[in-house]
Amino acid sequence: MDMKVAKKKLGLKERYSHMTRGLGWDTSYQSMDDVYPYAKYEGIKIHDWDKWEDPFRLTMDAYWKYQAEKEKKLYAIIDAYNQNNGHLSVTDARYLNTVKLFLTGVSPLEYMAHRGFAHAGRSFPGAGPRIACLMQSLDELRHAQTQVHAISNYNKHYNGFHEFRHMHDRVWYLSVPKSFFDDAVTAGPFEFMVAIGFSFEYVLTNLLFVPFVSGAAYNGDMGTMTFGFSAQSDEARHMTLGLEVIKFILEQDPDNLPIVQRWIDKWTWRGYRVLALVAMMQDYMLPKRTMSWKEAWEVYFEENGGALFKDLARYGIKMPECAKTIALEKDHLSHQTWGTFYNYGAAAAFHTWVPDEDEMNWLSAKYPSSFDKYYRPRLEYWREQAAQGNRFYNKTLPMLCTTCQIPMLFTEPGDPTKTCYRETTFKGEKYHFCSDHCKKIFDDEPEKYVQSWLPVHQIYQGNCFPEGTDPTAEGFDPLAAVLQYYHLEFGRDNLDFEGSEDQKNFDAWRGMATRNT
Amino acid sequence: MAVAAVKEYDFAPLDRHENFHGNQLLFIGWEDHLMFCAPFAFPFPPDMPFRAVIEQVLPGAFGYHPDFAQIEWAKAEWFKSGHPWQPDFDKSLADNGLGHKDVIRFRTPGLTGIKGSCS
Repeated sequence: MDMKVAKKKLGLKERYSHMTRGLGWDTSYQSMDDVYPYAKYEGIKIHDWDKWEDPFRLTMDAYWKYQAEKEKKLYAIIDAYNQNNGHLSVTDARYLNTVKLFLTGVSPLEYMAHRGFAHAGRSFPGAGPRIACLMQSLDELRHAQTQVHAISNYNKHYNGFHEFRHMHDRVWYLSVPKSFFDDAVTAGPFEFMVAIGFSFEYVLTNLLFVPFVSGAAYNGDMGTMTFGFSAQSDEARHMTLGLEVIKFILEQDPDNLPIVQRWIDKWTWRGYRVLALVAMMQDYMLPKRTMSWKEAWEVYFEENGGALFKDLARYGIKMPECAKTIALEKDHLSHQTWGTFYNYGAAAAFHTWVPDEDEMNWLSAKYPSSFDKYYRPRLEYWREQAAQGNRFYNKTLPMLCTTCQIPMLFTEPGDPTKTCYRETTFKGEKYHFCSDHCKKIFDDEPEKYVQSWLPVHQIYQGNCFPEGTDPTAEGFDPLAAVLQYYHLEFGRDNLDFEGSEDQKNFDAWRGMATRNT
Repeated sequence: MAVAAVKEYDFAPLDRHENFHGNQLLFIGWEDHLMFCAPFAFPFPPDMPFRAVIEQVLPGAFGYHPDFAQIEWAKAEWFKSGHPWQPDFDKSLADNGLGHKDVIRFRTPGLTGIKGSCS
């Protein structure tokens, strides 16, 4: 006689179902709308949350086990790198400035992503996306932690690493990545998912992580490289989530299309503006180059992104309009951005420099239509002046774009000799922009961007001096006070790489490691 | 279009005039001289004479450029919000019609930056 025996173990699919969907329920004492107050106000219509497909079917217990293994390996490698004075094996101390930029500009965003995904997950009435957001939220928290740990070793030896969190909330150029993410987390949960989950994690992430991680690999920074590889399996999951979000929303209701299209347009542009920092890192800051910004844009956006948008065409999604402007900027972006940091090298928490002759030749070869004509004369003039002891430090504060908060350094699409000025008036106040796209973003939601915390304007309002400063005192030096407020140590964290403490120390320590005297 | 919000969403602009302790912001750009990466932002009292901007402020901001010493101000072309405009050097900023967050730029014919590169 056959007896039916209950299976001892659940199958993967059942187990997944119990551990995720099985943990969700509809409330009865309180209305669902009261429990999920942010689920509807953005205008996105969802009819059936169960249509959400989970591409990874990961459950929480498996997540812990898998991530713990990964991090054990990561920390073993980081420890070995640090114990062997791995910092002396990087190509050149100039390389470390890319790591400073990453730590101050990007790592705090990982933490904000953790908060953002936690909030989005809490806001969705469907159990599927809630679980996916929860896991991504934990990933982002881990990434923030592992980045800080991996990079902290450099803080023992070099300047500019010591106050990354304090600086992120205050320093002028860090307001660019900061305001980008603050914009996303103060949006509703659906916009956040399109902004960060799709536009950033799916469309643009390769342009952020590949240059940094391969830059680390090319320049002998095994600590950062290992972190990058460790995060890669998470990134693959994030990209899949980002794409699933878009498909799910669009399949739920045709009314969602125009809203989603507007968000994709907005966030592709917002993300691209932040990537100006990556562009200059690739073309100017890595002693050993990997690929140019222009090449990276062509591969990761024009080719890969082009295929993606073709795929999304069946939902009615179009390639964002801004792609045309970006194509016109690709020969200029990195040169104009690096020039800006060279201008304001006294107020940056990393070092700047004029590229050497070999590097200029590399730039000429990568940018044959623009570099020699527009940018080489400027750089050569600066080099000449620096050699005569007259290094250019721009001490007058720049006009900023209200939306992206970047100095108005961008030129008219198609004319690299003219600054691009756009303006609008809202409730009697004037607002200025670097581009049609930043203006459009403002015009769509002016009530939000009138609150922009623009560093230059905040300095002029007297809000960026250390507590107790008296700006009316005799001999008051406003720029020195601003650097104190930033916790930026003048003469150590800032100024030209040539003659810096980082340069001297690296040379001396590497000399001790490779020579006998 | 307006921002989507769960309740009334109305906040005062962070850069309103009254926050600048009596000053107003004026943005000034020099055409064809992109060695200065962006136009400049200045906080000025509205009763400041325009001439004081030219004679006391601009040399500190733009003076590093070898073209600056060659500027003939009488020949400079001015633009306000991109449209041709003529300032009266002896009148104040306010009397020249300049308000908070106005943007002006000037072109110096014949001067086109380092080796003519508009730098």
